[in-house]
Amino acid sequence: MQATLLTFPKGGVHPPESKKLSEHLAIETLPLPDEVDILLQQHFGAPCKPVVDKKAKVTEGDVIGEVAGGLGAAVHASVTGTVKGVGASTNPVSITSASVTIQTDRDAPSRTYPLDDWRNLPVDELKKRVKAAGIVGIGGAGFPTHVKLSPPPEAKVDLLIINGVECEPYLTTDHRVMMEHPAEIIEGAKIILAMLGIKKCHIGIEANKMDAVETVRKVAAGKTSDGFEISVDALEVKYPQGSEKQLIESVTKRRVPGFGLPFDVGVIVQNVGTTKAIYEAVALNKPLYEKVITITGKGIARPANLKVRIGTRLSDIVSYLGGTQPDLSRIVMGGPMMGFPISTLDVPVTKTTSGVLFLTEKEIDRRAHSQCIRCGWCLDACPMGLQPNEIGVYVEAGRAQDTAKFGLFECFECGCCAFVCPAKRPLVQFIRLAKLKAKR
Amino acid sequence: MKEAELWSVAVSPHVKSHESVEKIMWTVVACLMPSLILSIFVFGFQTLIITAVSVGSCLATEAISQKCLRQPVTIKDGSAVITGVLLAYVIPPGVPYWMPILGGVVAVFVTKQLMGGIGYNIFNPALIGRAFLVATYPVAMTSAWLPPLREASIFKYMAPGVDAVSTATPLYVLKHYGLDALIEKFGSLSTMYGNFFLGLRPGCIGETSVLLLLLGGLFLIYKGYITWHIPVSVFGSVAFFTWVFGGEGYFAGNPLLAILSGGVPLGAIYMATDYVTSPNQKTGQILFGIGVGALTVLIRLKGGYPEGVAYAILLMNTLTPALDGWFKPKRFAPAKGAVK
Repeated sequence: MQATLLTFPKGGVHPPESKKLSEHLAIETLPLPDEVDILLQQHFGAPCKPVVDKKAKVTEGDVIGEVAGGLGAAVHASVTGTVKGVGASTNPVSITSASVTIQTDRDAPSRTYPLDDWRNLPVDELKKRVKAAGIVGIGGAGFPTHVKLSPPPEAKVDLLIINGVECEPYLTTDHRVMMEHPAEIIEGAKIILAMLGIKKCHIGIEANKMDAVETVRKVAAGKTSDGFEISVDALEVKYPQGSEKQLIESVTKRRVPGFGLPFDVGVIVQNVGTTKAIYEAVALNKPLYEKVITITGKGIARPANLKVRIGTRLSDIVSYLGGTQPDLSRIVMGGPMMGFPISTLDVPVTKTTSGVLFLTEKEIDRRAHSQCIRCGWCLDACPMGLQPNEIGVYVEAGRAQDTAKFGLFECFECGCCAFVCPAKRPLVQFIRLAKLKAKR
Repeated sequence: MKEAELWSVAVSPHVKSHESVEKIMWTVVACLMPSLILSIFVFGFQTLIITAVSVGSCLATEAISQKCLRQPVTIKDGSAVITGVLLAYVIPPGVPYWMPILGGVVAVFVTKQLMGGIGYNIFNPALIGRAFLVATYPVAMTSAWLPPLREASIFKYMAPGVDAVSTATPLYVLKHYGLDALIEKFGSLSTMYGNFFLGLRPGCIGETSVLLLLLGGLFLIYKGYITWHIPVSVFGSVAFFTWVFGGEGYFAGNPLLAILSGGVPLGAIYMATDYVTSPNQKTGQILFGIGVGALTVLIRLKGGYPEGVAYAILLMNTLTPALDGWFKPKRFAPAKGAVK
């Protein structure tokens, strides 16, 4: 056992965890939906170019969208069936975006992926498999993983951190994956270590998941023969503990410089879900086309941790779980601190969906905001040491363009400031507006 | 699912803390109430009436001025109530009723609403209200002290045959007659400290009981509504500078008396900690507190008034924007060349 819980030095908040609704529910597999809408852009970068035509027969795991150039990650069919259309679907953020709709062939056998011994493969082949599998950071950012795993040669990476923090309230996806698939995560970590040519890995888990800490620790300690040093760190429960820069400082005391990347301080961070996907991509040759998501909140009839195919529409998930409650007030994709609200259930699950929250009026806060009373609580809460109060006041005064001096572009919109604000000011909204108008 | 269902959308975060401006303000009001209750026992119902008139004036001023300025009326947020209570607490309880009414208008309309309302005032509204009254009605504001009720027999300070001195505040006696005269009024030094601590002495309504003000302050610190930085640095600074300069020669002052005898506890805990008019970073807060303490002692020792806390806070209010500019939060990792 470790004596003290690790944490980051500045700011942070303690929102109600609300994880009890789903943290003990074992992962269940959603039956195949009749149709899936697979978005061609599920990653940070340019949208994929569709490589299938209408009425084409596809098998699950087939590539349907290829990287057109620049940054990107391939998109695969998540079900076996017929392409119903190549067009546009409802997009959770940009209203509509290019997609491939596939009608499921229910009689098709599900594809199997035989285990391969990755240890005999050269590093280039490992990276090629990650790229071919279309893996992106599924914790939320969606950055193409094969790019992240190829740091420039001048970066001296010596440590891999696996992010199992899951600091967003409500979400229990990573928790369940760690509880039920610890061996795959550890194996995935070893694959990443092999790709990076390093030995040391820390797995960071928030202390509200001590069962996961113990489970993963047991597996990590079980296999020490192959020269890798994998250890598990329990972290203090404090939001945003799982933010990349905060997690790196909690675990290593190293600080990523402004606008820098983790490899600037010799670290690569991967989410536990991504790590498991990397294992499947390399050891099983299985592309990323299904993932575990948490469906929770008091507005859904039955909360669950569901394994779903990418492209599954939320309406199919909701009807499987028995519908919504009458007092449902807001539907959020992602966590309650950083997730975005949606206005229709036609939205499909993407690679970066970590959960969908069905929140009732009691769970959200819709109180009207008032003027800034200058209590300074946002200054204490901000993990980046910024001045959200000033940014908000400037935006209200029509001077959004002058807010860079308050650290605007260092803000990653964790929402701590707006969470603590007693005047209920929409500080993240002010900040997003300012980012559009201010110059770096 | 019905087609017509509508869900709310808003920018994240979707959950927020349970704190609110109303909760903070009304908690501060509650923390100030024990002093009012004690003052009723010590001075009689006049103190309750003065406080009620002052609060009423502040609420009415806020409502009317917001109506006239076509702004949403926000009297429910409790901030005007705090202003009203604090104003009543820093004026002598024997003044005519129109004085707190006038003070409330100046405090809320001139000091707060004309500056942009809550969050935009430069000065502490209640203290501007007091300063205005002192400037315009100096006699009433420095002599309308109430003698304690005769029933308050534990109150040793009461001299038979009420005269100006016996109802004057301890600081007034101290300034004009010296410490020995003050001790004489109470019988002994320890009785005097005891009475000061409990609040059994003449003075403004809410500034007398150090004990009750401290308890309220500790509760506010426990709730996280204020931090210790400003009150402790004000107390420390008043004590230190009084000790150094307050006696015959250097290092001979009486720091305990300086803290217990005037408006320092009320000012340090409830007025210097006002969010809007005090710095929001710890270093700035400590310097602000030291400044308040130093100016208080300077006014007490060298100025024309026996008490200086109110002006000390108002003077430091003007430095708050500068202190906030000098002591900003430490950025986690500003980029090289980023705008600072």
